[in-house]
Amino acid sequence: MIEKRKSWMSLLATSSQSDLLNLWEQKKIKVNYVWLRTPEIGSIMAQGRMGVTGDKFNIGEVTITRCSLKLNCGTIGHSYVQGRSKKKAEISALCDALMQTKMSKEINKNIIIPLEKIKKDNKDKILSKAEATKVDFFTLVRGESD
Amino acid sequence: MYVAVKGGEVAIDNAHSWMSEIRRGDTSIPNISLDQISEQLTLGVDRVMSEGSLYDKDLAALAIKQSRGDLIEAIFLLRAYRTTLTRFSYSKPVNTANMTCLRRISATFKDIPGGQKLGPTFDYTHRLLDFKLLAENEAPISPKKKYNENKMPHVLSFLNQEDLMQNEKDNNLDPIDITREPISYPTSRSARLQALSRGDEGFLLGLAYSTQRGYARNHAFVGELRIGIVDIELYIPELGFEINVAEIILTECETVNQFQGSKIEPPQFTRGYGLVFGQTERKALAMALIDRALRWKELGEDYSGAPAQDEEFVISHCDNIQATGFLEHIKLPHYVDFQSELELIRKIRADAKVNMKR
Repeated sequence: MIEKRKSWMSLLATSSQSDLLNLWEQKKIKVNYVWLRTPEIGSIMAQGRMGVTGDKFNIGEVTITRCSLKLNCGTIGHSYVQGRSKKKAEISALCDALMQTKMSKEINKNIIIPLEKIKKDNKDKILSKAEATKVDFFTLVRGESD
Repeated sequence: MYVAVKGGEVAIDNAHSWMSEIRRGDTSIPNISLDQISEQLTLGVDRVMSEGSLYDKDLAALAIKQSRGDLIEAIFLLRAYRTTLTRFSYSKPVNTANMTCLRRISATFKDIPGGQKLGPTFDYTHRLLDFKLLAENEAPISPKKKYNENKMPHVLSFLNQEDLMQNEKDNNLDPIDITREPISYPTSRSARLQALSRGDEGFLLGLAYSTQRGYARNHAFVGELRIGIVDIELYIPELGFEINVAEIILTECETVNQFQGSKIEPPQFTRGYGLVFGQTERKALAMALIDRALRWKELGEDYSGAPAQDEEFVISHCDNIQATGFLEHIKLPHYVDFQSELELIRKIRADAKVNMKR
């Protein structure tokens, strides 16, 4: 369950605001909820490692929006999403909550799976374009051979 | 000396109003949109994010528009905004071995697992103006090729295995955060890398070039340069586990430098390291050269007095916001300071004239 939840929360956090909003609005899902924490814009400090494997250092900050809410049935949804869209944070927290209820099939089918596909297609595009720029070396023979 | 002087409000308001009008330019030409900036001036956006030290494309695009394309002014705007944000937490260190690479090259080894991928680069172009771009609505499509999702291990890890490369060990030290505590000298490599990663590209470029020309020479090979998307993982306290909260583009550069040996250790190659937000390879490369030059003490090298070896000189001057703030403030009224200088020199000259007459 935790692995699945990690996976959908990560997907919601990193998908584009417009993709998520489009999918959500198409379904016209009506849910009642109360805020536990209204959407808040902030940042996190991204860290790297010196020379890839060494000690940590700070690279710079990334904007993040977070919120928490509770559905009428008592299920709690959280979100930490990239960027400064309060709407994206709200829908992500709603999806997180609904994925833990009996509506999970519907949310999975209409939102999570389409977002996964968009993400996979984007990655596929980058990797296939990068592959087309891969260098094929060949060696020119110089001088006389015997 | 600072003395409060009133006046100039109307002049300032009108100056800003004219600046806004000029920023908009000829109104018969469409207004530039933020999407256009973030999609078509990507590398400018990346520079503003890296030196503004805040990864947010929309804000960087807005800053570029607001600053009329003055990137240092845009960086200033982003830095100022950054200070208003609540810091939620620190991410886990990024794992650049799992990067989805747009570009990955090595100048030290030809055949590497995963291959050399040039990616969207200006390298090997002829630097001739392309007049085809004058025509509007150009939308070229580049080729794709079938790929296999093999891992792309870091090239220098192969030298690590043979012990030919100095191993970068994780000693579990907490890094300094220069946005939270002021730097004092001598400082640590973590503080230096943070300062360099958001340092001014032009300043770092000049300094890195100076090391190549012989000031703190440490002949660098580009072991690997990679640009791509990495996941930013964050521990969520209310859940008790980590999720990916963001995907960002990073440029990473590892240089292989002259080896050092001592009485207790046989010679090894050493590393310079650059890691920067966005597609910013000139900056990442310069950062790696300077990181290596600044490691002279730790690696037991001589201090040759070169600027690139002097960490206080490098770190306290690489920040373009600090630099421009101090530089540009001298344009602002200093009437009282100057008045006192004026009176002083009049007095000295009068005294000198009396003395000369004697």
